[in-house]
Amino acid sequence: MEILKVLFNYFIFPGFLFTAVVGMFLTWIERKVSARVQMRVGPPWYQSYADFLKLLIKETIIPEGTSRFLFYLGPLLGLISMSILAVMLFTMNFSPQTSFAGDLIVMVYLLALPPIGVIIGGSASRNPFASIGASREMTQYFAYELPFLIVIAGIVLKSGGTIKFGEIIELQKSNGPFLYSISGIIFGMVMLLVMQAKLGFVPFDIPEAEQEIMAGPYIEYSGVALGVYKISKGMMLFLLPVFIISLVWGGITDWWAILKFLLIIVLIILIKNTNPRLRIDQTLKFFWIFLGILSIIGLVLAVNRL
Amino acid sequence: MNEINSKYRIVPIGPYHPLQEEPEFFKLIVEGERVIDLEINLGYNHRGHEYLAQTMTFDQVPFLVERICGICSNSHPYAYCLAVEDICGIKPPPRAQYIRTIIGELERIHSHYLWLGLAGHFIGYNTVWMWVWRYREPLLDLFELIMGNRNHYAINKIGGVRRDILPEDYPKIEEYLDLLEEKTTMFTKAILDDPVIRARLEGVGILKKEDAIAYGVLGPTARASGIAIDVRKDDPYDAYDKVDWDIIVFEEGDVLAKAKVRLLECFESIKIVRQCLKNMPEGPIETRIEDIPAGEGIGRHEAPRGEVFHYVRSDGSNMPVRHKIRAPSYMNIASNVAAVKGYSIADAALILAAVDPCYCCTERTIVYENGVKKYTGKDLLRLSWEKTEELKRKYRR
Repeated sequence: MEILKVLFNYFIFPGFLFTAVVGMFLTWIERKVSARVQMRVGPPWYQSYADFLKLLIKETIIPEGTSRFLFYLGPLLGLISMSILAVMLFTMNFSPQTSFAGDLIVMVYLLALPPIGVIIGGSASRNPFASIGASREMTQYFAYELPFLIVIAGIVLKSGGTIKFGEIIELQKSNGPFLYSISGIIFGMVMLLVMQAKLGFVPFDIPEAEQEIMAGPYIEYSGVALGVYKISKGMMLFLLPVFIISLVWGGITDWWAILKFLLIIVLIILIKNTNPRLRIDQTLKFFWIFLGILSIIGLVLAVNRL
Repeated sequence: MNEINSKYRIVPIGPYHPLQEEPEFFKLIVEGERVIDLEINLGYNHRGHEYLAQTMTFDQVPFLVERICGICSNSHPYAYCLAVEDICGIKPPPRAQYIRTIIGELERIHSHYLWLGLAGHFIGYNTVWMWVWRYREPLLDLFELIMGNRNHYAINKIGGVRRDILPEDYPKIEEYLDLLEEKTTMFTKAILDDPVIRARLEGVGILKKEDAIAYGVLGPTARASGIAIDVRKDDPYDAYDKVDWDIIVFEEGDVLAKAKVRLLECFESIKIVRQCLKNMPEGPIETRIEDIPAGEGIGRHEAPRGEVFHYVRSDGSNMPVRHKIRAPSYMNIASNVAAVKGYSIADAALILAAVDPCYCCTERTIVYENGVKKYTGKDLLRLSWEKTEELKRKYRR
């Protein structure tokens, strides 16, 4: 029975199936709100599901001379890591005793896997646009990972040195969310922008810039493989706000969490629709200099319990 | 580029441009993200307009040259009519001159709006794209109200214009100009005040003044590089010397300057149309021409992208024996070689589009439902007439 429960957790709820369905719905919300901001009508609610179903019955074309293993590994990495992350986030939010030492570090690793999947897939595609996209993805990954790790370190500091996800949430429940302090606001802001880059939304959609390099790493993907990329993007759109709320805004166990979640989603969409795309060198400068310094200031404030 | 070694890569944009949907081939030679050189290949689509024009009568040619381009579809017939009138040595009556000027300026606004939207799209700012094109839409409705067509207005004929602008349409035009002025102000502010847009456009794709002169660029591309050329001022025709307006010139030569030139030119165009409407003389709208004598003539018109030049030679028969067309984009596209070198691929897509290369394709609609053709050409014509009638009912109460 135990093994069935574990399988249910990873494949149905809250793992793959649940996250994917909600994620695709969020993708629709994102498209619809963007359309309304741009004075368009926007797609109907089932558009993302219809897109995915259509991709399932399409042929997956693999470019000649490509490693099949690497070509399929790219999309799968993102999907698997997001499924595991979903299970960890939800079980540890609702039953913090399941948390184990160092699970926060595991989560950071899991969040790093989707971009690595994109880099592997893009490099395996044997296409100039895909390799440019993959190299941009790599640069961007190194750009946003620096402030992200500083912020994670800051949160660990604020929670008194624990690297247990469950304990961080417990601590916030008893002492109030980290966000209600100066350093917490800085951490929240930096995390929001890092998330925008992790999701690959404007102004940080540089790796897939369809106007410059025609979707970059995804250019050779079709059929199921492309669908898997899209689905893991949707799952990220669902899980990253949950991750932020858990770390700085008091967890997702109360009803307020839904409002907080929607607020973050709206912020993402607004940033997406009120900015042009940056260049890759500008992104690097933005994350390393501006956000890097900001997060270090946050770190110093956190040390001084502000 | 014989000395290409293994560290250079080729990034192809084309032969079918994925964004501009046009047959043109830009071969970017890059080192990492940096553009080292550019090779331009044009001429994938040869339509033989000049020869076709020589097989038609003088009166048919305006409808042919109108179809050279869907966006500046007024500029080519305009320049052609000026050329034939040059052969005959006549001028259209004042009212026709004013109408031509109004249509020419409205066309400039709609073309500049089109470019602005595309520029937004090229830097990934889709909100600008959609908003700008939304406010371009009423202008197309206005064209339909005045001339019965959204594009391909067929307003010019040798010796005058084919349709009058009715006095009851003036308030509608004025109303639209007010909307347009408000929105152009909004876009100008939004684009000049946004630090992220500035970061993407400022200092990017600089075309130096000497390069601009060497490549012989025209229109807004030249005016953004500090060359004050404009046929409307240099060689005034029709009503352009009877109204008060300025040439917009910027010295920087980057993409931001090109955007600024186009935005501010929209204000100048609004100014010109307002004055023309105010001072519109009464009278006939065309001069009857019986015969076109033997001889040659040239017509120059400042199209939204620069000077359009038409040369027509007549031997006294009813067909031109030679018709030569020079479109401004042909000159402007070549200058990309000077503008794009040294910038990154991310900027290249924008720089290549910053000269506003002419978009020569308009689509025709056929609607299929369950495999059955729903609308025939006749149905579409009927739908189009119905919409024109509806617009007339709406605005000519």
